[in-house]
Amino acid sequence: MSIETSTLGTLVLIAVMTGVTLLTRYGGVFLMSFVRISPRIESFINAMASSVLIAIIVPMAYEGDLGARVALLATAGVILVTRKPLPAITAGLVAAAACRYLIPGG
Amino acid sequence: MPVWFRFSPSGHRFATMDTLSSSYQLQPARVRAEFIRLLPIALFVVAFGAAFGLAAVQAGLTPAQALLMSTTVFAGASQFAALDMWGSAVALVPLMVVVFAINSRHLLMGASLYPLLKELPATQRYGILLVLTDANWAVAAQDYQNGQRNLEVILGGGLVLWLAWLLGTAVGVYFGGLLQQPEALGLDMVLGCFLLAMALGGKKSPRVLVAWGISAVAAMVAYLWLPPHTHVVVGALAGGVVGYFWLEQKPA
Repeated sequence: MSIETSTLGTLVLIAVMTGVTLLTRYGGVFLMSFVRISPRIESFINAMASSVLIAIIVPMAYEGDLGARVALLATAGVILVTRKPLPAITAGLVAAAACRYLIPGG
Repeated sequence: MPVWFRFSPSGHRFATMDTLSSSYQLQPARVRAEFIRLLPIALFVVAFGAAFGLAAVQAGLTPAQALLMSTTVFAGASQFAALDMWGSAVALVPLMVVVFAINSRHLLMGASLYPLLKELPATQRYGILLVLTDANWAVAAQDYQNGQRNLEVILGGGLVLWLAWLLGTAVGVYFGGLLQQPEALGLDMVLGCFLLAMALGGKKSPRVLVAWGISAVAAMVAYLWLPPHTHVVVGALAGGVVGYFWLEQKPA
């Protein structure tokens, strides 16, 4: 089934996207309200939380260009040494920009 | 002490371990402080919003429609993906599947904050989840790992990110992209670098490192061989399984 992108149709499509996205924002919390939080479940949740970040970043580095990979490496290096996020993020952006300027198409 | 905290306005955070069992009350002063704390990252979000606004009008949306989508959906990656599917007509089920798959990470993000969120009255709990997104969740999750209860960042940080997304979208639809090539300045890497900094700034026990390794492998396997947009959920759940079977020793 397709919906035409008329004025009304577009509103319907945006409403559907809003509903589906809201379902994801609410669904996890709602389902958890039926789960008893044992130490094991809490441990699962905690390990899952930081794993979300890794699961976003690793494929990002894989699909990214050289600049993207250098950016992530620079951020990792600076955060591990200084433990300060803003310098780490700045280093990442500078590294990506420099890499793309120096090695176009890299 | 969470690393991000070091440049945030100090003195507003006093939740300690011995308050963990009491119920949670959102503190307006802390909400404001978290709004300010995520302002730097929100400035970058304006640039992404502008890119979305420009892409949206190019895909055939009116400025009002693009702004409405950013206001109510507020999930950048899924909005860009929707534009890819836009035409004179849009297939409904594929649109729903793609939006759900890309945003399914919210399910896990919300679940991971459940131990905190259950302390809030239901209206506030589901109210602040309206502005749940990657950056404010990453801060809240890392603070929680470090023993700090911070739901104020979901609300305050979420609001500043939402406003930035709207402002950016408006700039994009009315004035075009802010920059010809944002990636030349590395701006496409802001969110990735931010999330990486949050991850590496947190606790790194052997258990966490093993969970990350399993998560990375599972995410790559899913990225390469499973349906598109499933890798975040697959990787995160795989990391969670490590936690399920390997419990952290409680300090005596």
